[in-house]
Amino acid sequence: MKKVLIDLRVNGRSYELAIEPSTLLLDALRLDLRLTGSKRGCDDSSCGACTVQVDGIPMLSCTMLAASCEGQEITTIEGVSEHGSLAAIQKAYGDWGGAQCGFCTPGFIMTVKHLLAVNPEPTEEEIRGALSGNLCRCTGYNQMYEAIRAAIVAEQKGIRPTSSLAQ
Amino acid sequence: MTDFSIIGKPIAMVDAAGKTTGAGKYTDDLSVPGMLVGRILHSPYPHARIRRIDSSRAEKLEGVVAIATGKDAPNTYGILPVGHDEHALAVDKVRYVGDNVACVAAVDEATADKALELMDVEYEVLPAYFDPEASMKADTDLIHDNKPRNLEKDYHHVFGDPEKGFAEADCVAEARFIANEVTHAAMEPHSTLASFEIDSQTGKPGRLIVWSSTQVPYYLQHKLSLVLEMPMAQIRVIKPLVGGGFGGKSEVIPLEIIAAVAARKARAPVKITYTREEVFWAHRGRPRTIVDLKTGVKRDGRITAVQARVVQDGGAYCSYGVVTILYSGALLGALYDIPNIQYDGYRVLTNKPACGAMRGHGTVNVRFAFESQLDELAAKINLDPAEIRQRNLLQPPCFTVNGLRVHSYGLPECIEKTVERSGWKERKGKLPRGRGLGIGCSHYVSGAANSIIRSDMPHSTVNIKIDRDGGVVVYTGASEIGQGSDTMTAQIAAETLGCSLGRIKIVAADTDLTPIDIGSYSSRVTFMAGNATLRAALEVKKQIAAAAAREMGCAAEAMVFCNDVVSRKNDAAEAPASTQAATRSEASVSGRVEGQLLRGSLQQKRKDKGPKDSMTFEEAVVAAIDFHGTLTGTGSYAPPPEARGGKYKGGGVGPSPAYSYSAQVAEVSVDEETGEVTVHKVWAAHDCGRALNPVSVEGQIIGSVWMGMGQALTEEMVWKDGMLMNPGLLEYRSPSSVESPEVEPIIVESIDPEGPFGAKECSEGSLAATIPAIANAIYDAVGVRLHEAPFTPERVLAALRAKKNSKPINLTEGVDPTSPAGFREHGGSLWFRGKGPERHPLDPARRPEPAQ
Repeated sequence: MKKVLIDLRVNGRSYELAIEPSTLLLDALRLDLRLTGSKRGCDDSSCGACTVQVDGIPMLSCTMLAASCEGQEITTIEGVSEHGSLAAIQKAYGDWGGAQCGFCTPGFIMTVKHLLAVNPEPTEEEIRGALSGNLCRCTGYNQMYEAIRAAIVAEQKGIRPTSSLAQ
Repeated sequence: MTDFSIIGKPIAMVDAAGKTTGAGKYTDDLSVPGMLVGRILHSPYPHARIRRIDSSRAEKLEGVVAIATGKDAPNTYGILPVGHDEHALAVDKVRYVGDNVACVAAVDEATADKALELMDVEYEVLPAYFDPEASMKADTDLIHDNKPRNLEKDYHHVFGDPEKGFAEADCVAEARFIANEVTHAAMEPHSTLASFEIDSQTGKPGRLIVWSSTQVPYYLQHKLSLVLEMPMAQIRVIKPLVGGGFGGKSEVIPLEIIAAVAARKARAPVKITYTREEVFWAHRGRPRTIVDLKTGVKRDGRITAVQARVVQDGGAYCSYGVVTILYSGALLGALYDIPNIQYDGYRVLTNKPACGAMRGHGTVNVRFAFESQLDELAAKINLDPAEIRQRNLLQPPCFTVNGLRVHSYGLPECIEKTVERSGWKERKGKLPRGRGLGIGCSHYVSGAANSIIRSDMPHSTVNIKIDRDGGVVVYTGASEIGQGSDTMTAQIAAETLGCSLGRIKIVAADTDLTPIDIGSYSSRVTFMAGNATLRAALEVKKQIAAAAAREMGCAAEAMVFCNDVVSRKNDAAEAPASTQAATRSEASVSGRVEGQLLRGSLQQKRKDKGPKDSMTFEEAVVAAIDFHGTLTGTGSYAPPPEARGGKYKGGGVGPSPAYSYSAQVAEVSVDEETGEVTVHKVWAAHDCGRALNPVSVEGQIIGSVWMGMGQALTEEMVWKDGMLMNPGLLEYRSPSSVESPEVEPIIVESIDPEGPFGAKECSEGSLAATIPAIANAIYDAVGVRLHEAPFTPERVLAALRAKKNSKPINLTEGVDPTSPAGFREHGGSLWFRGKGPERHPLDPARRPEPAQ
């Protein structure tokens, strides 16, 4: 198939890519931009490991055309860290055992970031509902809830994770 | 005694940041220059002879570099030495739908996929066997010619005198239990990248480097060497991050060999990553198991005898099958004190993907049957279900009737704590109708006492190197698969050496760099690799202590290692925190870039000062290197001979240096209208010896319980004529966050005398208790016993209706009984990448091909 030139904005930077029109966003990210943080866990949008944010909304990049995202702001897991340090949610996922094998973690974090952006103090029920589009086979989800609650507390207290790293 | 500075504290895994930022690399994230993409052609038939493979059309396609078939790698292999029955690519026969026929290596995935469609393979379809009990009667068209009656292996064990035991029993229960097939469905699909290095001397392809999503890099190296006919030293296996295994990556999966075969043929690096559907076909999960169980108890609740006949539907190849069927029998012992056991196990071949090892290997389905039956017996003799378990406890240290050595035994405390936390005594039997509590117990090995390949080699070896920079590098073959293996290693090394975690660097699972470790399976890593790490660290510690003692003018035994400071025993207790902090800041100067020079001057300063009372870790390390020349230590672990099991045939499987224990209470509600079961909460107590990292231990317990709940309620591989009906994560019904209950993990520490710091297994043992705990809770809620897992609404409803003597709902009523009994190609599967309703040539509904 003949390639086309598209402009993709990913994590605040613009990239000009020559891709086939049928290229999936996940493949453009992983193969063309080498942003391998977004994972392919299935091929049919059932697992959520490929979740990225498109204009702030979590989307499954494995079933989206890259070309359809021109002009939109894409955020991947690589764009979540703040100033070279872990964001509160990333730190909390590590501290509270929210990530075991870690393969589903990038997708979960993109989903959780959106949840906390629209609902800074979600109930347990709301957290469960929001996470139900992402699958994890290691954790049984329990420790993720603890991580999310810890991240909310950390954000509220304004604890910059950098301070704990500097020690 | 519990005065530890690093172990026992909840810490983030050492590789957590890589996982939460996306920086960590899994196999599919890797690429090397000139890399090709490999795609595998799978068999569409469950049992067929390959008459001809014609790849000429595919080869002509632009972008196709090589096509490998069975002829390119005819040697057989298999994870067990007794089960070398697999070919990387089929040589003469295919044995299940999805069996590997050929591999295309092409410039990209789209080209490789297109080439697959151009492959012409002619099959002679053979009668296939899908039901294990029918398969056991076969005498023609055997799946493997050397396995009469399609029987992979059968074992018949008698311990004690079961006949006498049953005669003594006051109450005997007998029933058939069925647990359907489940699979690991790890989030990361298997992936392998194989690349040959060119040898500088010969100028020809030389060493092979394989990056693979594996739990067992050393077994992979061994099997690659067998199939490719290369010396093991010429093969380097590297395990990057692995996105979950649960046993699904604990043996050599076909793509791992196929990638290497294709790379050799294509003369270029080849990466193969399974699609999710291929992961389901690769399988190696927990077999469908039919358990005919008979248990006898005295009126006081004491078990007098157990008789089990177990039939496992093993699929088309041996895989771990011989071990699985042995575990099923052996682990009837070591949980309770059972004086008489009769076990008949049959591992049967069928034309389905091979089953292998899955979390709780071999024990889970039998434990479901046993714990359910024990509950039934408790009801019959009017005894509390928790009480009957307490009346059958072992009295360790002891050997069970089948020769398993039991040391630490936290089961009594596990039962006590779950009963207490769940409010069992106040609430059991008193909840409103439709809601109930159930209890179940289980146990698991902390590593198999005998390795797969019989030899006297240590099961784990660890090397530690410390250099003048004060950095501690631990080389371990243990495979981190998400369970926290690297973190455990770092914790044990840091604790032993009294240094901070930040000093420890882990180099793991690279056959060139790390000493041999047989892999991450049977929950062996903490116990075995942990012990090896401990021994290696003690060895370097001894060297550092000797040198430091010499500097300080005291005995080496008097040295204390704590908080990055090496000091004399008395001083450590008395030294005020401020002076320790001061020495540390001095140390951090010496640790910087200009360290080499500075350290020289530090030593000079030390000489001027005369003997000191304490040294920083770096100073002590420099002193040790100056004194000994190098600073390295090595430690290894092999299970003690007395823990290696009985001398009978098959006695090698089941023994372990230590067993973990678990007791669980589940609270469920059952909707009697729909048959739907909801698990509200599970209290899970687990005896892990000692919790080295409590947050990880709790994570493993919750994860096990959750996976057990999946098997209990929703997960099931549904087969029709050898075709998997649900090869997708949604269709397989892995529970999502809304279906997952709260799990309250309760850590019980029995401090094992042989475990590293007393630690044992914590990742598998809990799974098996969840299924019977839920089954027993359903009985408490609505009074029906479920004998087939998963307890889907359909099965629960059928049981409820049977109890009321009303007509069972027959969901297959009206189905044409004359429909073909043989294989029919399934039309709607995602498999074959959307090729759609392609039908079997013999299917009368097949439309004639349009004239070309």
